[in-house]
Amino acid sequence: MFKKLTLAVLATLSTAVLADVNVGVSVSATGPAASLGIPEKNTFALLPTTIGGQKVNYIVLDDATDPTAATKNIKKLISENKVDVVIGSSTTPNSLAMMDVAVDNETPMISMAGSAIVVEPMDAKRQWVFKTAQNDAHMATAIVQHMTDKNVQSVAFIGFADAYGEGWYKEFAKIAEARKLKIVASERYQRNDTSVTGQILKVMAAKPDAILIGGAGTPAALPQKALKEKGYKGLIYQTHGVANNDFLRVGGKDVEGAFLPVGPMVVANQLPADYPVKKSALEYVTKYEAMYGKGSVSSFGGHAWDAGVLLQSAIPVALKKAKPGTVEFRHALREAIENTKNLPAAHGIFNMTPNDHQGYDQRARVMVTIENNAWKLVK
Amino acid sequence: MDLQILLLLGQDGITNGAIYALLALALVLVFTVTRVIFIPQGEFVAYGALTLASLQAGKVPGTVWLLLALGTTVAVLDGVRLVREGRFAKLTPLLILNIGLPLLAAAGLFAMPPTQLPLWAQVVVSMLLVVPLGPMIYRVAYQPLAGASVLVLLIVSVAIHVALIGLGLLFFGAEGSRTPSFTDLSFELAGAPLQGQTILVVVASASLIIGLYFFFERTIYGKALRATAMNRTGARLMGIPPTLAGKLCLTLAAAIGAFSGILIAPITTIYYDSGFLIGLKGFVGAIIGGLASYPVAALGAVLVGLLESYSSFYASAFKEVIVFTLIIPVLLWRSLTSTHIEEEEE
Repeated sequence: MFKKLTLAVLATLSTAVLADVNVGVSVSATGPAASLGIPEKNTFALLPTTIGGQKVNYIVLDDATDPTAATKNIKKLISENKVDVVIGSSTTPNSLAMMDVAVDNETPMISMAGSAIVVEPMDAKRQWVFKTAQNDAHMATAIVQHMTDKNVQSVAFIGFADAYGEGWYKEFAKIAEARKLKIVASERYQRNDTSVTGQILKVMAAKPDAILIGGAGTPAALPQKALKEKGYKGLIYQTHGVANNDFLRVGGKDVEGAFLPVGPMVVANQLPADYPVKKSALEYVTKYEAMYGKGSVSSFGGHAWDAGVLLQSAIPVALKKAKPGTVEFRHALREAIENTKNLPAAHGIFNMTPNDHQGYDQRARVMVTIENNAWKLVK
Repeated sequence: MDLQILLLLGQDGITNGAIYALLALALVLVFTVTRVIFIPQGEFVAYGALTLASLQAGKVPGTVWLLLALGTTVAVLDGVRLVREGRFAKLTPLLILNIGLPLLAAAGLFAMPPTQLPLWAQVVVSMLLVVPLGPMIYRVAYQPLAGASVLVLLIVSVAIHVALIGLGLLFFGAEGSRTPSFTDLSFELAGAPLQGQTILVVVASASLIIGLYFFFERTIYGKALRATAMNRTGARLMGIPPTLAGKLCLTLAAAIGAFSGILIAPITTIYYDSGFLIGLKGFVGAIIGGLASYPVAALGAVLVGLLESYSSFYASAFKEVIVFTLIIPVLLWRSLTSTHIEEEEE
C-alpha cells in the first residue's frame, strides 16, 4: 500500500519534471579558448528561467577547448540530463565534434562557433545545427571591403593550424580572389605556441600591403606582437574572434591600430541612433554589465545571448505542438528555430531559412579599430 | 631566404634552445639521481612565470597557498614520525622550516602590496615561493616510493603533473600573462636586430649551466649527488642519505624550472598549461642525451630549439610534427649503438 502510494507520488513528480525544458550547454570555459567561453558561461546566468509558461533549466558544462571533452559533454547532456536542445560549443573544432552526436539523437544544436563549416553546405546532418555567431564569410567580406577601400593589393595570412584558421583562410581566399587581391603568403601556428618568429619572417619576406591574422582569443595577440617587434609597417587585420578585453590586456600597446570586423554589440554605444540592431544590442550590454561590472561585456557573450533569444522565440511555438522531453518536441523546436524571421538580437537580425541556419546579413557586422586600448567604430 | 632571416631564426632558435637546455639538464639530473622521469618540470616553469606575473599585477600569487598546504603536510608526516621516535630536538627546526617560513612569506605578501617592490625583488620572491615546492613534492610523493620501479615513479610524475595543472588553473586563471621585459635594449648584428632580452636569456642560461658544473665538481653536495647517481647503495654505504639526494635534486630542478619561467615570461605569453609543452621539448633534448649525459642533452635541446625555429619558417603547419618525430631516429640510433646492461632490481 505504502509502496503504491510512493510510486504514484513519484510518477506525478517525474512527469512534472519532464515538463521542464532542459537546455544543455557545453562551453570552453578553460583552455586556449577560455576568453570565448567565460563570457558565454556568464551570459547563461542572465537568460530567463521561464519561457512560454514553462520552466527552463540550463545545464552548463565545460569542455576545456578539447573536442573529445565536448563530445563527452554532449553525450552526458543527452543521455543523463535528457536535454531538449544543446547550445555549444565556443569553438569550431568542438562544434564539429558535437554535431554528430546531436544529429544521431535528433536533438537541435545551436553553436556559438565562428566558422561557416558548422552550418554549410546544408545536408541531412546540418539540418539539426544552427549557429548564432556570424559566419567567417560575412566577416571576411567586411575585411576585404575595407582592404580594397584602402587600396591594398597584396595580402598575407597567418592563422591557427586548426579548423578555425583553415576555415578563415578558405573563405578569405575565395573573396580575395573575386576582388582581385593577391595572397602572397599563408602560414599557420598552434594556439599554444610560444613563438611565431619563423612564420612572421616568412610572411614579412613576401612584403604584403596588409596581413590578416586568422586567430581567436588571446593567442591571436602573439603574431601581432611579433610583427610590431620586427617593424612591420603595413595594415594588420584581425578576425572577430579577438573581440574581447582579455585580448586587449595581453596585447597591450602592441595591438594598437589593428582593424577588425565585429558584431555591432561590441561598440553598441558608438552606433548611430537609427542602426537597426542598436536597441537589442544595448539590452544585452546593460544586462551583462549590471551583473558583471562596467566594461566587462564581450562579443562572445553576445553569441550565447543570441542563442537564448532564438530559444525564447522558438520554444513557445514548439510548445504548441509537443511536450518537452519528447522527440516530437525536439523536431518541433528545430522547425521553429528554422522559421525564425526578423528577430532582433544582440549581434544582428535573424532571418533563418532551411538553407541558411545562421540567419544574419550585412547589419550584423561593423569595422572597428583598436585605439587607446579600446574598440573604436570606423565610420 | 637571406642572411638576415637566417640569423633572426637562429637567434629565436637559440633563445628557445637555451630554455629547453636548462629543462633538459634538470630532467637528466632528476632521472640519474632518483630514477624519476620528472614530467612536472614544465609546471615549475609555468608557476615561476605566472607567480612573477601575479606579483607584478599586485595580486597575491596562489602559489603561496600551495606552499602552505604542502609545508603543513610535510611537517605533519615528518613530525609524527619524530614524535613517535622521541626525537623532539629535531621537531622545532622542522616546524619552523615547513610551516613557519611559508606563514611568514604569506603574511609578508598580504601586508605589503607586491607592486611596490623593484623587479629584482619580485624575481627573488617568486623564486622563494616556487623553489621550496620541489623538496616538498619529493617528500610527499616520491620518498615513500623511493625503491619502486621506473614505471611506478613515472605514473606518480604524471599524477603530480595533472594535479599541478589543475591547481595552476585555480591559482592563475584561464588567461595567460606576460611580464614586462627586463631590458628594452636592441643591438644590430650583421644587419639583423638582436634583442637585449635574447642575450639576457642566453647569458643567464649559460651562467646557470657553468654554475651547475662547478656545483657538481667542487662542492660536497654536488659530489654526493653524483655518487648517488652512479650507485645508490654505494652512496648510502658512504653515508649519503638517499632522501637528502632526492630532496636536493628536486630543489635544483624546481630552481632551474622557476628560473627558466622567469626568463621566458617577458618573451612570450605563458598560460597555466604552457609549461607542459616546453617541458616536453626539454625532454626531447634529454632523450638525445640518453637521459645520462649533460653536455649531449644540452646540445640536443639547443638543436631542438633550432629545428623548431627553422621548421616554423619552412613548414609552419608541421612544426610540432617535425620536432617530436626527431625522437624516433635518436632512439633508433641509441638502441643500435649502446650495449644493453641488465639492471638489477634494488
